[in-house]
Amino acid sequence: MSNGVLQLWQSLPPIWGVPLLAIQILIVVCIPLILTMAYLTYAERKVIGFMQNRLGPNRVGYRGLLQPFADVLKLMLKEIVIPANSNRFLFIIAPLLALIPAFATWAVVPFSPVFVLSDIDAGLLYVLALTSLGVYGVILAGWSTNSKYAFLGAMRSAAQIVAYEIAMGFALVGVLMASRSLNLGDIVSAQSGGLLHWFWLPLAPLAVVYFLSGVAETNRAPFDVVEGESEIVAGFHVEYSGMAFAVFFVAEYVNMILIAALASTLFFGGWLSPFEGIPGAGTSFLGQPSFFWLAVKVSFFLLLYLWFRATFPRYRYDQIMRLGWKVFIPITIVWIAVEGVMAYLHWGPWAMPGMPS
Amino acid sequence: MSGVRTWTKTLLLTELLRGMWVTVRYLFRPAFTVRFPEETTPQSPRFRGLHALRRYPNGEERCIACKLCEAVCPALAITIESDRRDDGTRRTTRYDIDLFKCIYCGFCEEACPVDAVVETRHYAYHMERRGENIMTKDKLLAVGDKFEAMIAADRAADARYR
Repeated sequence: MSNGVLQLWQSLPPIWGVPLLAIQILIVVCIPLILTMAYLTYAERKVIGFMQNRLGPNRVGYRGLLQPFADVLKLMLKEIVIPANSNRFLFIIAPLLALIPAFATWAVVPFSPVFVLSDIDAGLLYVLALTSLGVYGVILAGWSTNSKYAFLGAMRSAAQIVAYEIAMGFALVGVLMASRSLNLGDIVSAQSGGLLHWFWLPLAPLAVVYFLSGVAETNRAPFDVVEGESEIVAGFHVEYSGMAFAVFFVAEYVNMILIAALASTLFFGGWLSPFEGIPGAGTSFLGQPSFFWLAVKVSFFLLLYLWFRATFPRYRYDQIMRLGWKVFIPITIVWIAVEGVMAYLHWGPWAMPGMPS
Repeated sequence: MSGVRTWTKTLLLTELLRGMWVTVRYLFRPAFTVRFPEETTPQSPRFRGLHALRRYPNGEERCIACKLCEAVCPALAITIESDRRDDGTRRTTRYDIDLFKCIYCGFCEEACPVDAVVETRHYAYHMERRGENIMTKDKLLAVGDKFEAMIAADRAADARYR
């Protein structure tokens, strides 16, 4: 930021700081995030298209690159239909309840060694709390619609989130034990030292469980019984149209990006470079920690999301419950115990320099 | 023992990874998509698309109102009325093909003794208003005039097999 802007910033009375900060957050985080989300929808249609030997969108702009904007324009021009027997207030407020936690969680995500919106110490708890809050939007949407399909979707969503939230929380306990911090920036710093020092290696089962639970939490294929279109039309958002639907859509995709960002932060070294410590690469751009590496990792996890959707058929509802309660939760508990043994014997992250034992 | 093997395979997600390997291989294969208005699939000279009425090279219409096409039409899509023209020849006064009834079987084309009614390779047409589905004699002759080169080439290419 240039000197003049900084002086202007400091000369303003403190009360002006609030809207200015809001504008700053909007420009630095929200708009890039929404653009990423828009192009994630494009990438999804393209990648799945290619995997099915199709082309995907290719009409609007060069190779369909303007397709997201055409979609937004279409959704904005559509009418928002409010069902006659719905609870109007909750029906309108529900998409916002889904959207706000999805964006608010980004406050603690460390984008680079120097940039994080709010460097709070209980970052991990904040993440856990807000990702769980998102389900209220889904449940309220399903309930206020007053339609049986929407209600079924909402109930499925509630059961699924409860099951997978626990596995996710336990996976985070593993990260907590390894990094000895709840601050996301400190968790990333604790993984410094190159590819083999990241937590995915000592916490491999937890990393897998965390990401798969994340896929389940964001209601993405193959865990998308919440909106399973072949069974319950569109689940909780059957009756939503136009921008109200678009807000749910944005919330879902922002949550996907968030889960990808958290998986790379917690288990794959966040903004750390995989070539750190390798002679020759250490001093160049590739060896330095930067936002670039976080973006690479997030892109990879988002690709995994799309890849899963193109590959796997939807889980049956009882199979989802079985996987959540009888597979993921035992795995995480077992691995937390294994971690205790590893910590006692000073293996893995506990053997690294700078790590108190 | 096989239970242990199944358990290990399930836990290590091997089958899911194999499924993902299949999809990622397809990711790098070329798409089959035909970009329609710019590209088209190859057509046979026997393709049965929009109908047309042909003329002789001197401009005289071929149709002699024998009504064989009307008789053979399985969908009853053709309606013909005929009368004597001033020069004493028998000609149609009305020749309608209802495109909504037509099943594009090509029987009219086969029945025609003078190769008057034909089906062209033109298929990308549409109707916007009620009534546009009726191809009148004028419209059919206009289609024939427009596509005469293509129609003649297709008849020539297919002549050895007829």
